[in-house]
Amino acid sequence: MSKNEIAISVQGLKKSYKDIPVLTGVDFEVKTGSIFALLGANGAGKTTIVKILSTLLKQDSGNATVNGFDLSSNPGKVRESISLTGQFAAVDEILTGRENLIMMASLRHLSHPQQVAKDLLKRFSLTEAADRTAATYSGGMRRRLDIAMSLVGKPQVIFLDEPTTGLDPEGRIEVWKIVKALADGGTTVFFCAAWTPSLL
Amino acid sequence: MDTIITVTIMPIMFMLFFVYVFGGAIQTGTDNYVNYLLPGILLISIASGVSYTAYRLFLDMQRGILERFNSMPIARSAVLWGHVLTSLVSNLISGIVIILVALIMGFRSPAGILSWLAVTGILTLFTLALTWIAVIAGLSAKSVDGASAFSYPIIFLPFISSAFVPTKSMPGPVRVFAENQPVTSIVGSIRALLSNQSVGIEIWLALAWCLGIILLAYFLARRAYKKHL
Repeated sequence: MSKNEIAISVQGLKKSYKDIPVLTGVDFEVKTGSIFALLGANGAGKTTIVKILSTLLKQDSGNATVNGFDLSSNPGKVRESISLTGQFAAVDEILTGRENLIMMASLRHLSHPQQVAKDLLKRFSLTEAADRTAATYSGGMRRRLDIAMSLVGKPQVIFLDEPTTGLDPEGRIEVWKIVKALADGGTTVFFCAAWTPSLL
Repeated sequence: MDTIITVTIMPIMFMLFFVYVFGGAIQTGTDNYVNYLLPGILLISIASGVSYTAYRLFLDMQRGILERFNSMPIARSAVLWGHVLTSLVSNLISGIVIILVALIMGFRSPAGILSWLAVTGILTLFTLALTWIAVIAGLSAKSVDGASAFSYPIIFLPFISSAFVPTKSMPGPVRVFAENQPVTSIVGSIRALLSNQSVGIEIWLALAWCLGIILLAYFLARRAYKKHL
């Protein structure tokens, strides 16, 4: 594989919390535009890997690059090319769906935040609910808004940490459809789950 | 909006209570007890206002909003400063509401623009000091209740000061504490400024307390924040 075909590369990653080793030498590579599933039981260290790769935590040793940028020496560049959707839907409940998206677009200094928000609302079937506050959204809508917020600015790599937690079967199917569509469009999708979704 | 109502209601109740229930029996040496009371009431309002900063920061942390922002290409301190700015603005509005109620209750001040600016300045510094303490509490709390509980001792600090009654009548150790804690010098400075009296050394003491607390709390807050990264 040539260098720009690899979106994420991890070598000998180690991390301990105080005396408890969580990661003891992890190696893997993720191809650009692929869907990479990190499966494991609760407490296996999946979230720790995601946190390290999204620059929220520092590894004790080992190397990792995301989108060609080294995590330790170039975290700013890494943050520019990724987006993280954590275990909980991180939406601002006081703001409407539209305002949440506009906020993300402004934070990423995009030139037409209104248009970006409008397109994403349509893509995630949130147009009707766009001007209600996120506090009134159902679990599935919240998750869709959460993922939509992650896609603002078209990051090349997106991390989803247990994206279907708390969703009903219908909501889960929706999320996996989104994931598949993203990968088809060339985005690298890295997700953690405790089980394999049969849809992929 | 909800926050401003809940934050102002308690200090306003205190103000009504002290002026119309206790006020007649309290000898402060001034003829207008509302004037005497107002600075302390403002400090109580700020102390209860900042507990919401801790609460909101804790929720942001729990809901993953902090992680979302910290994995984006924006300055990491922006999240903390956003909370601090929110605290300053909402406490300013609460303060204005309380002063309006005090005016209805008979508060009058001969102070000019400069004195009011100085009062605003001291209150802003006091808000900043308490807000950074709130940031530490919000970042290191383990539960929602814990996040806002830190403010209770601060809310009661004005009661053991010259905010409601002169310290002269207090017994020895209590009086020593009351005369040397930050609230007394802050209340004293604001009272002097609002009544057009000379502020003397008290204002420097008040500023030193505020700046000292800001520096220490800011440093500790930064350290608590780094732990989360």
